[in-house]
Amino acid sequence: MTQRTPLYDAHVAAGAKIVDFAGWEMPINYGSQIEEHHAVRRDAGMFDVSHMLAIDLAGCDAQAYLRRLVANDVAKLTVPGKALYSCLLNPDGGVIDDLIIYFFTPTQYRIVVNAGTAAKDLAWMQAQAANFNVSLTPRRDLAMIAVQGPQARERFWTAFPVARAATVMLGVFQAAEWEVDGVSWLIARTGYTGEDGFEIAVPAAQAAGIWERLAAAGIKPCGLGARDTLRLEAGMNLYGQDMDETQNPLESGLAWTLDFKDASRDFIGKSALARRQVEGKLRQLLGLVLLDKGVLRSHQKVITEHGDGETTSGSFSPTLNQSIAFARLPAGVQPGDAVQVAIRDKLLKAKVVKPPFARNGKSLIQ
Amino acid sequence: MTIPADLKYTKTHEWLKLEADGSVSIGITFHAQEALGDIVFLELPDAGRTVKAGEECAVVESVKAASDIYAPIAGDVVAKNEDAIAAPESVNQDCYAAWLFRIKPANPADLATLLDAAAYEKVAAES
Repeated sequence: MTQRTPLYDAHVAAGAKIVDFAGWEMPINYGSQIEEHHAVRRDAGMFDVSHMLAIDLAGCDAQAYLRRLVANDVAKLTVPGKALYSCLLNPDGGVIDDLIIYFFTPTQYRIVVNAGTAAKDLAWMQAQAANFNVSLTPRRDLAMIAVQGPQARERFWTAFPVARAATVMLGVFQAAEWEVDGVSWLIARTGYTGEDGFEIAVPAAQAAGIWERLAAAGIKPCGLGARDTLRLEAGMNLYGQDMDETQNPLESGLAWTLDFKDASRDFIGKSALARRQVEGKLRQLLGLVLLDKGVLRSHQKVITEHGDGETTSGSFSPTLNQSIAFARLPAGVQPGDAVQVAIRDKLLKAKVVKPPFARNGKSLIQ
Repeated sequence: MTIPADLKYTKTHEWLKLEADGSVSIGITFHAQEALGDIVFLELPDAGRTVKAGEECAVVESVKAASDIYAPIAGDVVAKNEDAIAAPESVNQDCYAAWLFRIKPANPADLATLLDAAAYEKVAAES
Protein backbone atom coordinates (compact mmCIF):
# COMPACT_ATOMS: atom_id res chain seq x y z
CA MET A 1 0.00 0.00 0.00
CA THR A 2 2.08 2.91 -1.26
CA GLN A 3 1.00 6.52 -0.98
CA ARG A 4 1.23 9.33 -3.50
CA THR A 5 1.84 13.02 -2.92
CA PRO A 6 -0.37 15.72 -4.54
CA LEU A 7 2.40 16.14 -7.15
CA TYR A 8 2.49 12.50 -8.30
CA ASP A 9 0.71 13.18 -11.61
CA ALA A 10 3.05 16.13 -12.31
CA HIS A 11 6.07 13.84 -11.80
CA VAL A 12 4.73 11.18 -14.15
CA ALA A 13 3.85 13.81 -16.77
CA ALA A 14 7.42 15.14 -16.53
CA GLY A 15 8.82 11.67 -17.28
CA ALA A 16 9.96 10.84 -13.76
CA LYS A 17 11.21 7.39 -12.88
CA ILE A 18 9.13 6.50 -9.82
CA VAL A 19 10.43 4.41 -6.90
CA ASP A 20 9.05 3.34 -3.53
CA PHE A 21 10.60 5.51 -0.84
CA ALA A 22 9.41 4.81 2.73
CA GLY A 23 6.05 3.70 1.36
CA TRP A 24 5.67 6.67 -1.01
CA GLU A 25 5.78 6.60 -4.81
CA MET A 26 8.42 9.27 -5.37
CA PRO A 27 10.50 10.46 -8.35
CA ILE A 28 14.10 9.18 -8.19
CA ASN A 29 15.02 11.24 -11.28
CA TYR A 30 13.49 12.81 -14.38
CA GLY A 31 16.28 11.59 -16.70
CA SER A 32 19.76 12.35 -15.44
CA GLN A 33 20.41 12.50 -11.70
CA ILE A 34 23.77 14.18 -12.33
CA GLU A 35 22.19 16.97 -14.40
CA GLU A 36 19.65 17.55 -11.63
CA HIS A 37 22.45 17.67 -9.07
CA HIS A 38 24.36 20.27 -11.10
CA ALA A 39 21.19 22.33 -11.63
CA VAL A 40 20.90 22.75 -7.86
CA ARG A 41 24.61 23.55 -7.34
CA ARG A 42 24.73 25.98 -10.29
CA ASP A 43 21.22 27.41 -10.75
CA ALA A 44 17.94 26.17 -9.26
CA GLY A 45 16.11 22.90 -8.78
CA MET A 46 13.00 21.81 -6.91
CA PHE A 47 12.03 18.72 -4.96
CA ASP A 48 8.66 17.36 -3.92
CA VAL A 49 9.07 16.76 -0.18
CA SER A 50 5.36 16.31 0.55
CA HIS A 51 6.06 12.80 1.84
CA MET A 52 7.58 14.44 4.92
CA LEU A 53 5.05 15.24 7.64
CA ALA A 54 4.33 18.64 9.19
CA ILE A 55 2.91 18.39 12.69
CA ASP A 56 1.44 21.50 14.31
CA LEU A 57 1.97 21.79 18.05
CA ALA A 58 -0.20 24.13 20.13
CA GLY A 59 -0.97 24.66 23.79
CA CYS A 60 0.15 26.63 26.81
CA ASP A 61 2.81 23.96 27.64
CA ALA A 62 4.19 23.78 24.08
CA GLN A 63 7.61 25.22 24.93
CA ALA A 64 8.04 23.16 28.12
CA TYR A 65 6.98 20.04 26.20
CA LEU A 66 9.53 20.59 23.42
CA ARG A 67 12.30 21.33 25.93
CA ARG A 68 11.67 17.85 27.35
CA LEU A 69 10.99 16.11 24.01
CA VAL A 70 13.99 17.10 21.87
CA ALA A 71 17.74 17.37 22.48
CA ASN A 72 18.26 20.87 21.09
CA ASP A 73 16.74 23.69 23.16
CA VAL A 74 13.75 25.55 21.68
CA ALA A 75 14.22 28.24 24.35
CA LYS A 76 16.80 29.77 22.01
CA LEU A 77 14.00 30.44 19.50
CA THR A 78 12.66 33.93 20.20
CA VAL A 79 12.02 35.46 16.76
CA PRO A 80 8.75 34.28 15.16
CA GLY A 81 9.47 32.00 12.18
CA LYS A 82 12.91 30.98 13.43
CA ALA A 83 13.73 27.30 12.85
CA LEU A 84 15.84 24.80 14.78
CA TYR A 85 17.28 21.41 13.74
CA SER A 86 17.18 18.76 16.45
CA CYS A 87 17.25 15.05 17.20
CA LEU A 88 14.34 13.28 18.81
CA LEU A 89 15.95 10.77 21.20
CA ASN A 90 14.82 7.70 23.08
CA PRO A 91 15.79 7.29 26.76
CA ASP A 92 18.97 5.40 25.69
CA GLY A 93 20.08 8.39 23.63
CA GLY A 94 19.32 6.60 20.33
CA VAL A 95 17.96 8.74 17.51
CA ILE A 96 14.22 8.23 16.86
CA ASP A 97 14.34 10.87 14.13
CA ASP A 98 15.88 14.18 13.14
CA LEU A 99 13.50 17.06 12.57
CA ILE A 100 13.04 20.80 12.12
CA ILE A 101 11.00 22.87 14.55
CA TYR A 102 9.55 26.24 13.51
CA PHE A 103 8.73 28.71 16.30
CA PHE A 104 5.72 31.01 15.93
CA THR A 105 4.88 31.83 19.58
CA PRO A 106 5.76 30.01 22.84
CA THR A 107 2.39 28.23 22.44
CA GLN A 108 2.59 27.51 18.68
CA TYR A 109 5.21 25.52 16.77
CA ARG A 110 5.44 23.38 13.66
CA ILE A 111 7.55 20.22 13.59
CA VAL A 112 8.59 18.65 10.26
CA VAL A 113 9.62 14.98 10.43
CA ASN A 114 10.86 12.32 7.99
CA ALA A 115 8.39 10.29 5.92
CA GLY A 116 9.62 6.86 6.98
CA THR A 117 9.42 7.67 10.68
CA ALA A 118 6.29 9.85 10.68
CA ALA A 119 3.88 7.32 12.25
CA LYS A 120 6.45 6.25 14.86
CA ASP A 121 7.33 9.86 15.67
CA LEU A 122 3.73 10.91 16.09
CA ALA A 123 2.97 7.97 18.41
CA TRP A 124 6.07 8.80 20.49
CA MET A 125 5.19 12.49 20.63
CA GLN A 126 1.60 11.71 21.68
CA ALA A 127 2.86 9.39 24.43
CA GLN A 128 5.22 12.07 25.77
CA ALA A 129 2.43 14.68 25.71
CA ALA A 130 0.42 13.04 28.49
CA ASN A 131 1.56 15.41 31.24
CA PHE A 132 1.54 18.56 29.13
CA ASN A 133 -1.27 20.80 27.97
CA VAL A 134 -0.55 20.49 24.26
CA SER A 135 -2.20 19.24 21.09
CA LEU A 136 -0.47 17.67 18.08
CA THR A 137 -2.08 18.00 14.66
CA PRO A 138 -0.59 16.11 11.68
CA ARG A 139 -0.98 18.19 8.51
CA ARG A 140 -1.39 15.73 5.64
CA ASP A 141 -3.48 18.49 4.02
CA LEU A 142 -0.24 20.28 3.13
CA ALA A 143 2.19 19.76 0.28
CA MET A 144 5.84 20.76 0.63
CA ILE A 145 8.23 21.87 -2.12
CA ALA A 146 11.94 22.60 -1.65
CA VAL A 147 13.34 25.13 -4.14
CA GLN A 148 17.15 25.05 -3.92
CA GLY A 149 20.16 26.59 -5.64
CA PRO A 150 22.03 29.87 -5.99
CA GLN A 151 19.21 31.25 -8.21
CA ALA A 152 16.37 29.54 -6.31
CA ARG A 153 15.07 32.59 -4.46
CA GLU A 154 15.23 34.85 -7.53
CA ARG A 155 13.42 32.29 -9.66
CA PHE A 156 10.84 31.74 -6.92
CA TRP A 157 10.17 35.49 -6.89
CA THR A 158 9.90 35.46 -10.69
CA ALA A 159 7.13 32.87 -10.30
CA PHE A 160 5.49 34.67 -7.34
CA PRO A 161 6.54 38.35 -7.48
CA VAL A 162 4.16 39.43 -4.73
CA ALA A 163 5.84 37.02 -2.27
CA ARG A 164 9.11 38.92 -2.52
CA ALA A 165 8.27 41.57 0.08
CA ALA A 166 7.32 38.99 2.71
CA THR A 167 10.43 36.83 2.16
CA VAL A 168 13.31 39.01 0.92
CA MET A 169 14.49 39.80 4.45
CA LEU A 170 14.36 36.19 5.69
CA GLY A 171 17.62 35.06 7.27
CA VAL A 172 18.89 31.49 7.03
CA PHE A 173 16.70 29.04 9.00
CA GLN A 174 13.96 31.65 9.20
CA ALA A 175 10.38 31.29 7.92
CA ALA A 176 7.51 33.65 7.19
CA GLU A 177 3.82 33.09 6.68
CA TRP A 178 2.47 34.57 3.48
CA GLU A 179 -1.25 35.03 2.92
CA VAL A 180 -2.60 34.58 -0.60
CA ASP A 181 -6.34 34.68 -1.22
CA GLY A 182 -7.04 33.86 2.39
CA VAL A 183 -4.80 30.79 2.55
CA SER A 184 -1.41 30.87 4.16
CA TRP A 185 1.85 29.48 2.88
CA LEU A 186 4.82 28.92 5.14
CA ILE A 187 7.98 29.97 3.29
CA ALA A 188 11.21 28.96 5.03
CA ARG A 189 14.81 29.65 4.07
CA THR A 190 15.85 26.09 4.80
CA GLY A 191 16.92 23.06 2.79
CA TYR A 192 18.82 19.81 2.52
CA THR A 193 21.28 20.53 -0.28
CA GLY A 194 23.92 22.95 1.00
CA GLU A 195 22.51 25.66 -1.26
CA ASP A 196 20.38 28.71 -0.61
CA GLY A 197 16.64 28.49 -1.23
CA PHE A 198 13.21 28.07 0.24
CA GLU A 199 11.07 25.23 1.49
CA ILE A 200 7.40 26.06 1.12
CA ALA A 201 4.40 24.38 2.75
CA VAL A 202 1.15 25.00 0.89
CA PRO A 203 -2.39 23.56 0.72
CA ALA A 204 -2.27 20.25 -1.18
CA ALA A 205 -4.84 21.41 -3.71
CA GLN A 206 -2.57 24.27 -4.83
CA ALA A 207 0.59 22.17 -5.13
CA ALA A 208 0.36 21.17 -8.80
CA GLY A 209 -0.31 24.74 -9.94
CA ILE A 210 2.59 26.07 -7.88
CA TRP A 211 4.92 23.35 -9.21
CA GLU A 212 3.98 24.30 -12.78
CA ARG A 213 4.66 28.01 -12.17
CA LEU A 214 8.00 27.27 -10.55
CA ALA A 215 8.97 25.07 -13.54
CA ALA A 216 7.94 27.88 -15.91
CA ALA A 217 10.31 30.18 -13.98
CA GLY A 218 13.20 27.88 -14.92
CA ILE A 219 13.40 25.75 -11.78
CA LYS A 220 14.34 22.19 -12.75
CA PRO A 221 12.38 19.31 -11.19
CA CYS A 222 14.84 17.10 -9.28
CA GLY A 223 14.37 13.63 -7.83
CA LEU A 224 15.40 11.89 -4.64
CA GLY A 225 18.59 10.64 -6.32
CA ALA A 226 20.00 14.16 -6.67
CA ARG A 227 18.66 15.05 -3.24
CA ASP A 228 20.79 12.25 -1.77
CA THR A 229 24.07 13.22 -3.50
CA LEU A 230 23.47 16.91 -2.68
CA ARG A 231 22.89 16.28 1.02
CA LEU A 232 25.87 13.92 1.18
CA GLU A 233 28.17 16.55 -0.36
CA ALA A 234 26.69 19.13 2.03
CA GLY A 235 27.58 16.94 5.03
CA MET A 236 23.98 16.34 6.09
CA ASN A 237 22.92 13.05 7.67
CA LEU A 238 20.18 10.82 6.29
CA TYR A 239 18.01 9.25 8.96
CA GLY A 240 18.00 5.44 8.88
CA GLN A 241 21.35 5.37 7.12
CA ASP A 242 23.77 7.60 9.02
CA MET A 243 21.95 7.31 12.34
CA ASP A 244 19.00 5.45 13.83
CA GLU A 245 17.71 4.26 17.20
CA THR A 246 20.86 2.19 17.79
CA GLN A 247 23.18 5.20 17.35
CA ASN A 248 23.48 8.33 19.44
CA PRO A 249 24.07 11.88 18.14
CA LEU A 250 27.55 12.05 19.76
CA GLU A 251 28.73 9.29 17.42
CA SER A 252 26.71 10.51 14.43
CA GLY A 253 28.30 13.90 13.81
CA LEU A 254 25.40 15.59 15.58
CA ALA A 255 26.95 16.70 18.89
CA TRP A 256 26.40 20.30 17.70
CA THR A 257 22.63 19.76 17.90
CA LEU A 258 22.72 18.79 21.59
CA ASP A 259 22.16 21.63 24.03
CA PHE A 260 23.41 20.98 27.58
CA LYS A 261 23.70 24.67 28.55
CA ASP A 262 20.65 24.79 30.82
CA ALA A 263 21.62 22.30 33.54
CA SER A 264 18.06 22.30 34.88
CA ARG A 265 16.61 21.08 31.56
CA ASP A 266 16.14 17.30 31.48
CA PHE A 267 15.53 16.27 27.86
CA ILE A 268 14.80 12.65 26.97
CA GLY A 269 18.09 10.80 26.42
CA LYS A 270 20.19 13.36 28.29
CA SER A 271 21.42 11.10 31.10
CA ALA A 272 22.30 8.31 28.68
CA LEU A 273 24.34 10.72 26.55
CA ALA A 274 26.10 12.06 29.64
CA ARG A 275 27.07 8.50 30.63
CA ARG A 276 28.33 7.79 27.12
CA GLN A 277 30.48 10.93 27.23
CA VAL A 278 32.06 9.83 30.51
CA GLU A 279 32.82 6.37 29.08
CA GLY A 280 34.75 8.09 26.28
CA LYS A 281 36.30 6.37 23.23
CA LEU A 282 33.47 7.86 21.19
CA ARG A 283 33.35 6.81 17.57
CA GLN A 284 33.05 9.65 15.10
CA LEU A 285 31.09 10.17 11.91
CA LEU A 286 33.57 11.67 9.45
CA GLY A 287 33.91 12.01 5.70
CA LEU A 288 35.94 9.90 3.27
CA VAL A 289 37.20 10.89 -0.16
CA LEU A 290 38.14 7.89 -2.30
CA LEU A 291 41.59 8.36 -3.84
CA ASP A 292 41.49 5.22 -6.01
CA LYS A 293 38.95 4.60 -8.77
CA GLY A 294 35.61 3.19 -7.66
CA VAL A 295 32.46 4.13 -5.80
CA LEU A 296 31.98 4.05 -2.03
CA ARG A 297 28.64 2.68 -0.79
CA SER A 298 27.11 2.20 2.65
CA HIS A 299 28.25 -0.70 4.90
CA GLN A 300 31.79 -1.04 3.54
CA LYS A 301 34.57 -1.84 5.99
CA VAL A 302 37.07 0.96 6.65
CA ILE A 303 40.50 -0.09 7.92
CA THR A 304 42.31 2.53 10.03
CA GLU A 305 45.33 2.56 12.36
CA HIS A 306 42.91 2.80 15.28
CA GLY A 307 40.70 -0.16 14.29
CA ASP A 308 37.94 -0.80 11.80
CA GLY A 309 35.03 1.46 10.97
CA GLU A 310 32.16 1.34 8.50
CA THR A 311 30.74 3.61 5.82
CA THR A 312 27.15 4.74 6.46
CA SER A 313 26.42 6.57 3.18
CA GLY A 314 28.49 6.61 0.02
CA SER A 315 28.11 7.71 -3.56
CA PHE A 316 29.73 9.39 -6.49
CA SER A 317 30.02 13.13 -5.92
CA PRO A 318 29.12 15.03 -9.11
CA THR A 319 30.68 18.25 -7.76
CA LEU A 320 34.02 16.64 -6.80
CA ASN A 321 33.89 14.13 -9.68
CA GLN A 322 35.08 11.40 -7.31
CA SER A 323 33.52 9.15 -4.72
CA ILE A 324 32.73 10.32 -1.17
CA ALA A 325 31.21 8.77 1.93
CA PHE A 326 30.36 9.22 5.58
CA ALA A 327 31.93 6.62 7.84
CA ARG A 328 31.65 5.83 11.54
CA LEU A 329 35.30 5.56 12.61
CA PRO A 330 37.08 4.66 15.87
CA ALA A 331 38.26 7.30 18.33
CA GLY A 332 41.69 8.62 17.40
CA VAL A 333 41.14 8.82 13.64
CA GLN A 334 41.67 12.38 12.41
CA PRO A 335 40.91 14.35 9.25
CA GLY A 336 43.86 13.91 6.91
CA ASP A 337 44.48 10.28 7.90
CA ALA A 338 44.96 7.71 5.14
CA VAL A 339 42.61 4.71 5.42
CA GLN A 340 41.59 1.74 3.29
CA VAL A 341 38.09 0.73 2.25
CA ALA A 342 37.18 -2.86 1.37
CA ILE A 343 35.21 -2.84 -1.88
CA ARG A 344 34.51 -6.33 -3.23
CA ASP A 345 37.90 -8.10 -3.39
CA LYS A 346 40.01 -4.92 -3.23
CA LEU A 347 41.34 -2.54 -0.61
CA LEU A 348 41.12 1.01 -1.95
CA LYS A 349 42.85 4.12 -0.61
CA ALA A 350 40.77 6.91 0.92
CA LYS A 351 41.44 10.08 2.89
CA VAL A 352 39.55 11.11 6.01
CA VAL A 353 38.03 14.60 5.82
CA LYS A 354 35.71 16.70 7.91
CA PRO A 355 32.36 17.14 6.08
CA PRO A 356 30.92 19.08 4.30
CA PHE A 357 32.48 18.16 0.96
CA ALA A 358 30.75 20.88 -1.07
CA ARG A 359 28.38 23.78 -0.48
CA ASN A 360 27.29 26.91 -2.29
CA GLY A 361 28.39 25.56 -5.64
CA LYS A 362 31.96 24.81 -4.61
CA SER A 363 34.10 21.88 -3.53
CA LEU A 364 35.49 22.30 -0.03
CA ILE A 365 38.05 19.51 -0.42
CA GLN A 366 41.65 20.34 -1.45
CA MET B 1 15.54 1.31 -31.85
CA THR B 2 16.50 0.20 -28.34
CA ILE B 3 16.94 -3.53 -29.16
CA PRO B 4 19.06 -3.96 -32.32
CA ALA B 5 17.97 -6.98 -34.35
CA ASP B 6 21.49 -8.18 -35.20
CA LEU B 7 22.67 -8.78 -31.62
CA LYS B 8 22.28 -11.62 -29.13
CA TYR B 9 21.04 -11.01 -25.57
CA THR B 10 20.89 -12.48 -22.06
CA LYS B 11 18.15 -12.45 -19.44
CA THR B 12 20.49 -10.34 -17.28
CA HIS B 13 20.47 -7.52 -19.89
CA GLU B 14 23.84 -7.99 -21.60
CA TRP B 15 24.17 -7.84 -25.39
CA LEU B 16 26.67 -9.80 -27.53
CA LYS B 17 28.02 -9.08 -30.98
CA LEU B 18 30.11 -11.47 -33.08
CA GLU B 19 33.07 -9.52 -34.52
CA ALA B 20 34.86 -10.26 -37.81
CA ASP B 21 37.86 -11.75 -35.97
CA GLY B 22 35.68 -14.32 -34.19
CA SER B 23 35.72 -12.54 -30.84
CA VAL B 24 32.47 -11.49 -29.17
CA SER B 25 31.88 -7.95 -27.84
CA ILE B 26 29.74 -7.73 -24.70
CA GLY B 27 27.90 -4.70 -23.36
CA ILE B 28 24.75 -3.81 -21.47
CA THR B 29 21.40 -3.10 -23.08
CA PHE B 30 19.47 0.15 -23.30
CA HIS B 31 17.06 -1.20 -20.71
CA ALA B 32 19.97 -1.96 -18.32
CA GLN B 33 21.64 1.44 -18.63
CA GLU B 34 18.30 3.18 -18.17
CA ALA B 35 17.55 1.19 -15.02
CA LEU B 36 21.01 1.99 -13.61
CA GLY B 37 20.91 5.72 -14.33
CA ASP B 38 24.05 7.84 -14.69
CA ILE B 39 27.02 5.44 -14.99
CA VAL B 40 30.19 6.72 -13.29
CA PHE B 41 32.58 3.77 -12.99
CA LEU B 42 33.42 0.53 -14.82
CA GLU B 43 35.49 -2.34 -13.47
CA LEU B 44 36.30 -4.62 -16.42
CA PRO B 45 38.19 -7.93 -16.71
CA ASP B 46 41.77 -7.91 -17.96
CA ALA B 47 42.78 -9.56 -21.21
CA GLY B 48 43.99 -13.09 -20.59
CA ARG B 49 41.42 -13.97 -17.95
CA THR B 50 39.45 -17.14 -18.59
CA VAL B 51 35.78 -16.92 -17.65
CA LYS B 52 33.02 -19.48 -17.29
CA ALA B 53 29.50 -18.85 -18.53
CA GLY B 54 27.55 -17.08 -15.80
CA GLU B 55 30.68 -15.96 -13.93
CA GLU B 56 30.71 -12.46 -12.43
CA CYS B 57 33.41 -10.67 -14.33
CA ALA B 58 32.68 -6.94 -14.42
CA VAL B 59 30.95 -4.25 -12.39
CA VAL B 60 29.04 -1.26 -13.72
CA GLU B 61 28.48 1.43 -11.10
CA SER B 62 25.99 4.24 -11.46
CA VAL B 63 25.47 7.09 -9.02
CA LYS B 64 22.69 4.96 -7.58
CA ALA B 65 24.09 1.43 -7.37
CA ALA B 66 26.69 -1.17 -8.33
CA SER B 67 25.59 -3.85 -10.77
CA ASP B 68 27.43 -7.10 -11.54
CA ILE B 69 27.95 -8.14 -15.13
CA TYR B 70 28.07 -11.86 -15.92
CA ALA B 71 30.05 -13.53 -18.68
CA PRO B 72 27.28 -14.77 -21.00
CA ILE B 73 29.52 -17.42 -22.55
CA ALA B 74 32.74 -19.20 -21.59
CA GLY B 75 36.04 -18.12 -23.10
CA ASP B 76 39.14 -15.98 -22.76
CA VAL B 77 38.92 -12.23 -22.33
CA VAL B 78 40.85 -10.63 -25.19
CA ALA B 79 40.18 -6.92 -24.56
CA LYS B 80 38.48 -4.40 -22.34
CA ASN B 81 37.20 -1.06 -23.60
CA GLU B 82 39.61 1.56 -22.22
CA ASP B 83 37.61 4.36 -23.86
CA ALA B 84 34.52 3.35 -21.90
CA ILE B 85 36.55 3.14 -18.68
CA ALA B 86 37.77 6.71 -19.30
CA ALA B 87 34.24 7.93 -20.12
CA PRO B 88 31.69 5.72 -18.32
CA GLU B 89 28.86 8.05 -19.38
CA SER B 90 29.36 6.77 -22.95
CA VAL B 91 27.47 3.63 -21.85
CA ASN B 92 24.41 5.80 -21.14
CA GLN B 93 24.87 7.79 -24.34
CA ASP B 94 25.23 4.84 -26.74
CA CYS B 95 25.14 1.51 -24.96
CA TYR B 96 25.47 -0.55 -28.15
CA ALA B 97 28.62 1.27 -29.30
CA ALA B 98 30.20 1.35 -25.83
CA TRP B 99 31.12 -2.32 -25.54
CA LEU B 100 32.68 -3.36 -22.22
CA PHE B 101 34.90 -6.35 -22.97
CA ARG B 102 35.56 -8.95 -25.66
CA ILE B 103 35.73 -12.72 -25.25
CA LYS B 104 37.19 -15.34 -27.57
CA PRO B 105 34.53 -18.01 -27.11
CA ALA B 106 35.62 -21.47 -25.92
CA ASN B 107 32.84 -22.81 -28.10
CA PRO B 108 31.53 -20.43 -30.82
CA ALA B 109 28.30 -22.42 -31.05
CA ASP B 110 27.37 -21.16 -27.54
CA LEU B 111 26.31 -17.87 -29.08
CA ALA B 112 23.36 -19.56 -30.79
CA THR B 113 21.93 -20.62 -27.42
CA LEU B 114 21.37 -16.99 -26.33
CA LEU B 115 18.26 -14.86 -26.80
CA ASP B 116 17.53 -13.16 -30.11
CA ALA B 117 16.12 -9.64 -30.23
CA ALA B 118 12.48 -10.76 -30.23
CA ALA B 119 12.98 -13.03 -27.21
CA TYR B 120 14.89 -10.34 -25.33
CA GLU B 121 12.20 -7.76 -26.05
CA LYS B 122 9.81 -9.93 -24.02
CA VAL B 123 12.32 -10.21 -21.16
CA ALA B 124 12.87 -6.44 -21.10
CA ALA B 125 9.14 -5.75 -21.17
CA GLU B 126 8.58 -7.95 -18.14
CA SER B 127 11.38 -6.57 -15.98
